[in-house]
Amino acid sequence: MDIAQLQAYGYFGLTIFLVIVLYGYIYHLYTAKKDVDGVDYEKYSNMALKDDIDDTPVSSVSDDKEK
Amino acid sequence: MENRPLEYDYTVAKMFMLTTIILGIVGMLIGVILAFQLAFPGVNTILGEGLAEYTNFSRLRPLHTDAVIFGFTLSGIFSTWYYVGQRVLKVSMAESKLLMGLGKVHFWLYLVVVAAVVVSLFAGVTTSKEYAEFEWPIDIAVVVVWVIFGMSIFGLIGIRREKSLYISIWYYIATFLGIAMLYLFNNMEIPTILGQSAAGESGIGAWYHSVSMYAGTNDALVEWWYGHNAVAFGFTVPIVAMIYYFLPKESGQAIYSYKLSLLSFWGLMFVYLWAGGHHLLYSTVPDWMQTMGSIFSVILILPSWGSAINMLLTMKGEWQQVAASPLIKFMILGSTFYMFSTLEGPIQAIKSVNAIAHFTDWIVGHVHDGVLGWVGFMIMAALFHMAPRVFKREIYSKSLMAAQFWIQTLGVVLYFTSMWIAGITQGMMWRAHDEFGNLAYSFIDTVTVLHPYYTIRGVGGLLYLVGFLMFAYNIYKTMSARPVEEHELQNASPMGA
Repeated sequence: MDIAQLQAYGYFGLTIFLVIVLYGYIYHLYTAKKDVDGVDYEKYSNMALKDDIDDTPVSSVSDDKEK
Repeated sequence: MENRPLEYDYTVAKMFMLTTIILGIVGMLIGVILAFQLAFPGVNTILGEGLAEYTNFSRLRPLHTDAVIFGFTLSGIFSTWYYVGQRVLKVSMAESKLLMGLGKVHFWLYLVVVAAVVVSLFAGVTTSKEYAEFEWPIDIAVVVVWVIFGMSIFGLIGIRREKSLYISIWYYIATFLGIAMLYLFNNMEIPTILGQSAAGESGIGAWYHSVSMYAGTNDALVEWWYGHNAVAFGFTVPIVAMIYYFLPKESGQAIYSYKLSLLSFWGLMFVYLWAGGHHLLYSTVPDWMQTMGSIFSVILILPSWGSAINMLLTMKGEWQQVAASPLIKFMILGSTFYMFSTLEGPIQAIKSVNAIAHFTDWIVGHVHDGVLGWVGFMIMAALFHMAPRVFKREIYSKSLMAAQFWIQTLGVVLYFTSMWIAGITQGMMWRAHDEFGNLAYSFIDTVTVLHPYYTIRGVGGLLYLVGFLMFAYNIYKTMSARPVEEHELQNASPMGA
């Protein structure tokens, strides 16, 4: 097997791997619904809708510090 | 001043709003002149033979592309970043003297680079690489400006109150990283003065001249990897960042599916970088690379439509807003043009279609329905949304905005339809031959046939420019319109008659 063939197999393999990762990510998003902080992904839209400086953050940095 | 409540500070956003508008006018005006030069060659010497060097098509063309890409669009990106960034991270620029200073340095240095670019391109100093015409001293200055932009982004993220990064921020970060990588690698060049020719000469050319570090096919490959992805990370990614913020905010609707936005983001990042090969179909680059460019271009429909459909579905049940608000019209039509050009691009990238489309005006049409319909509309919509909030005044005129919308939409439609017809006519005529393989037409035959379409394109461009001047006037008048209260700025932007 020459180098070009190896590259071709490597490239094909990488593509398949990345496709699996991407579909895995889709599956994860739609089954878990929430991220590691327990916040529903859809709640993050509020970061744009409630974005005044005195609005309460969806998940605050300072909450972390208190833990 | 001690007890004043904390507010977002839009100083830098306002500065970049100004350059967005001025450089937009410059870039679009030159574009219109170029369009009429193609239709009526006499326009090339409109200021007389003596100044023909500065007014001919080839001198002005890079000024048009660079003013629109690196002037109008980039200023729009910077301006919206300094607005959106603060808001979704819930932190004010006023809280950090360092970030405020960096933002101002960012603006002034950017302005110096713009001046250097305008002077050098008018003088005819160029590397002759499309969209990368700047010579090495300017390239270095560009890198400095970009690094400062990056420091602003990550600096603001560093002092944020909101723990998670809103989807727009992801797109802004991708813009920063993407352009940084592309610009550095494509602009690798050696000043000619440092080189030595085969004949042993040294110190060749002026101090500012340079040659690319890549040669031949490799240079073409790097150039189009850059060129296509400049479209990706300049005209797509940051504009998606804008619509993900401004459409939900203006309409008061949560994004239809936040999960879909995350998914489309990674899809776009994964696919886009591989598609540049489609610019080199039927050239001397390896065949597998051309095929890969085609395939990835077609796959690219998925993440692009993922974002676009997500935006259209955000308006679900709220379509009366599209009828009522010209600002939302701009965004919805922008999103629709995004879907349209991300379908058109992959079609052109299919090898058999490309056999007709390559080198024709259809490509020019494709670029412009994307840039006029999607990038231009979205940046103007963003500035319209920002204007009442940064000036604390209502938008001067809603009816002027509506008139502008329809004039520009007509302009875009005239532009791309004329270029479709011109491009396909060109492609077919170039290929036509008799039974012995002799070409049926000479080049000048196509020029004669295309003349009416070139004229229509010029008119379309002119309409768009007129609309842009209306936009500039509307924003200018907004600065002295009726002052508004904070509660009027929650969602739909306040507009005067």
